[in-house]
Amino acid sequence: MAHILRGSSAIVGVGLAGCGEAHGRMPLDILAEATHNALDDAGLKLSDIDGIFTGSSYHFMPGLSTAEYLGIKPRYTDTTMVGGSSFVAHTLNAAMALKTGLCDVALICYGSNQRTAGGKLATMSEQQIYEAPYKPRYPISSYALAAARHMYEYGTTREQLADVAVAARQWAKLNPNAFARGDLSREDVLNSRMISDPISLLDCCLVTDGGGAVIMVSSERAKDFPKKPVYLLGTGTAQWHRQITQMPDLTTTAAVDSGKRAFAMAGLTKDDVDVVELYDAFTINTILFLEDLGFCTKGEGGAFVADGNIAPGGSLPVNTNGGGLSCVHPGMYGIFILIEAIQQLRGECGDRQIAGSEVALVNGNGGVLSSQVTSILGTEAVL
Amino acid sequence: MTETSTQHKNTGPDLTYQQYLQKDTLALPKCIECNKFHFYPRIVCPHCGSFNLEWQILSGKGEVYSTTTIRRKPERGGNYNVCLVTLDEGPRMMSRVDGIAAEDVEIGDKLIARIINNDGDCHVIFTPLQEV
Repeated sequence: MAHILRGSSAIVGVGLAGCGEAHGRMPLDILAEATHNALDDAGLKLSDIDGIFTGSSYHFMPGLSTAEYLGIKPRYTDTTMVGGSSFVAHTLNAAMALKTGLCDVALICYGSNQRTAGGKLATMSEQQIYEAPYKPRYPISSYALAAARHMYEYGTTREQLADVAVAARQWAKLNPNAFARGDLSREDVLNSRMISDPISLLDCCLVTDGGGAVIMVSSERAKDFPKKPVYLLGTGTAQWHRQITQMPDLTTTAAVDSGKRAFAMAGLTKDDVDVVELYDAFTINTILFLEDLGFCTKGEGGAFVADGNIAPGGSLPVNTNGGGLSCVHPGMYGIFILIEAIQQLRGECGDRQIAGSEVALVNGNGGVLSSQVTSILGTEAVL
Repeated sequence: MTETSTQHKNTGPDLTYQQYLQKDTLALPKCIECNKFHFYPRIVCPHCGSFNLEWQILSGKGEVYSTTTIRRKPERGGNYNVCLVTLDEGPRMMSRVDGIAAEDVEIGDKLIARIINNDGDCHVIFTPLQEV
């Protein structure tokens, strides 16, 4: 029997704002503009929203600050904070709230001015007292340690890591809204400044501004909106640690579990997936998640991403917006992979459109490979 | 003040860990139920859920599980190492290998702990283990 939440809710509006540089804007300004765009997309108005799902590195009580700024009085508020994966996790919580009637119109939203505010990662994180004496670069060193271990165990190479960045850039070149669209070669990545071995500057995501908003309603109402609905078929969450020292095996993430849970809820397998959007804060992420979600076996991620296999024209379309590496990455990136997947399923992606996309997989990452949240989205054809 | 709160005064796991380090000793909680050590020190065993723990002194020996060189300009102190060390007794901790160049630290290197005491604020670093 299908899971009670499978296909029970649908996305009927998406909006982006301030991606790249949004001079003079504060995080909530950007969030509000993205919300405005999503409402336009859905043919709704602010007063229709009665459920808010948000996360922030800027606001200690983001649900309160967001609703106050927007001038709405939600019946239901959820600020589940699992780092950058939060917004993917919010799809599950929104689906539950919609199914149980706790709200009728759910808004998932985020905004950040990380780039124009100076580029530093905003954080309200407590100091990790057992790591601080060693001065790791947070979060880069944690990902570098994972990459180094993957290279040691499986022979993954810096060239293969570089190929992830090159593929992302090739997708970005097809996306007029991507921030970094210049030529990028494997050699450019290999020759970029080393930051925390083996992660060099171009193995790292962009630092941009940006905001995103997603509007969800119950499936019963989904066809009453102007755009083709995109159904939430399944979301799975998993978390195994907070600090990198506590990650059981640096070459295997909790996406093993989140992926299984999402596919089980959706009643689908990886062979059903037409387009894949992974949280590529660093090049190693894409390799780890492709393995952990079952697109290739453990240890073969490096070979899988090599030679254009995940680039335009390759066997598996991955990070079709250009990813956090080349499109947009304002501190937390989860909402942007969600929006790209939705737009692919709607057929709105222009030159980077994957023809005939019916099923998309989104994998959000939070912390230092800590929280993994996988969502499977689909069109009416797979409902 | 109740008897309980007096009894637990100054005995939290972070403090106990520091107090051992201040005596130049690396010790961690070991679970009496499942016999496993854990790091960082807690009041519950993260392996089996038992609250029945006791502090034990470790060998100080370990092995590099993963390593990174953090690049820093020479005028700001130069490159330095950050690594994860799996202790012989099982738990894994973040640390640094001293005594060799940051770039020369390799996964699998055998290490021995050394305790750095900065006016009572202690942390553990490692140096290569000299085989005898």
